[in-house]
Amino acid sequence: MNQLLTAQGLGGVVFLTVSTAVVIGALIAVNSKRLIRAVTGLCLCLIGVAGLYYFLNSPFLALMEILIYVGAVGVSIAFAIMLADPHPEKKGNRATGLGSLFGFICGALLTWGLIKTGLSTHWQGAAAKINSGSMLELGKSLLTTYGMVFELISVVLLIAIIGSLALGKKGRSNHPGKISR
Amino acid sequence: MLQLSTNLNTYLIIAAFLFGIGFYGLINRRTLIGMLISAELILSGASLNFMAFNRFLAPNPVVGQVFTLFIMGIAAAEAAIALSIIIAVYRNYKSIAAEDLNDLKG
Repeated sequence: MNQLLTAQGLGGVVFLTVSTAVVIGALIAVNSKRLIRAVTGLCLCLIGVAGLYYFLNSPFLALMEILIYVGAVGVSIAFAIMLADPHPEKKGNRATGLGSLFGFICGALLTWGLIKTGLSTHWQGAAAKINSGSMLELGKSLLTTYGMVFELISVVLLIAIIGSLALGKKGRSNHPGKISR
Repeated sequence: MLQLSTNLNTYLIIAAFLFGIGFYGLINRRTLIGMLISAELILSGASLNFMAFNRFLAPNPVVGQVFTLFIMGIAAAEAAIALSIIIAVYRNYKSIAAEDLNDLKG
């Protein structure tokens, strides 16, 4: 019990908590009957992933995970559910019987194979690290070495925004009379 | 138990679980939004793997972080496009179940 009260022990407890949050959140996200609960599970899972990023020496990525995934993606999925799924009780949301079993077998086989490959390989680490991987180094290389990719990503995001606006407008103008609500 | 967070294998196992659960959901879900949620889980599993290898094995620990950042950007763009397609589909079919989307234009 005394061991748990040290800084390391508390770190271990926090680590176990976030990894449990990841797995339980993912299970809620795929198994819940209502989609809005699935989004909640997804957000829990992604907060857990952000905690794991923090343990992997990358607080910047942890913040970005919460900002982009939990904030932007989670909220927009929740809005889409409110717009497009007004009667969640009407029909089954998940496959049943044989389809569900098939999916479970596929997922379990993939998980087992990945774990087995990861554990049985002898990973050879680098002899020395050429920088510390801190936020300063990340910002420097993001604006020098990876500057081109950085700009391309912003173009992709701009096109995605314009494309989703165009798609939303097109669906509306095609059937002006059908939308009563 | 205290060494779990400094061990590569722990992260690999968690990422494998994320990927497998996401794949199960992708097959199992019958609505488009459910499939999108599962795809996000798969992407998270992949980025967690990148971050783990980046932390423990890579000589330059910036590369994996940059790559994960770009995966996040692409995933945000993909979610925006997919959600607007889903809204457009809902306007035409009044449903987002994958089995209802069964007629082509023509």
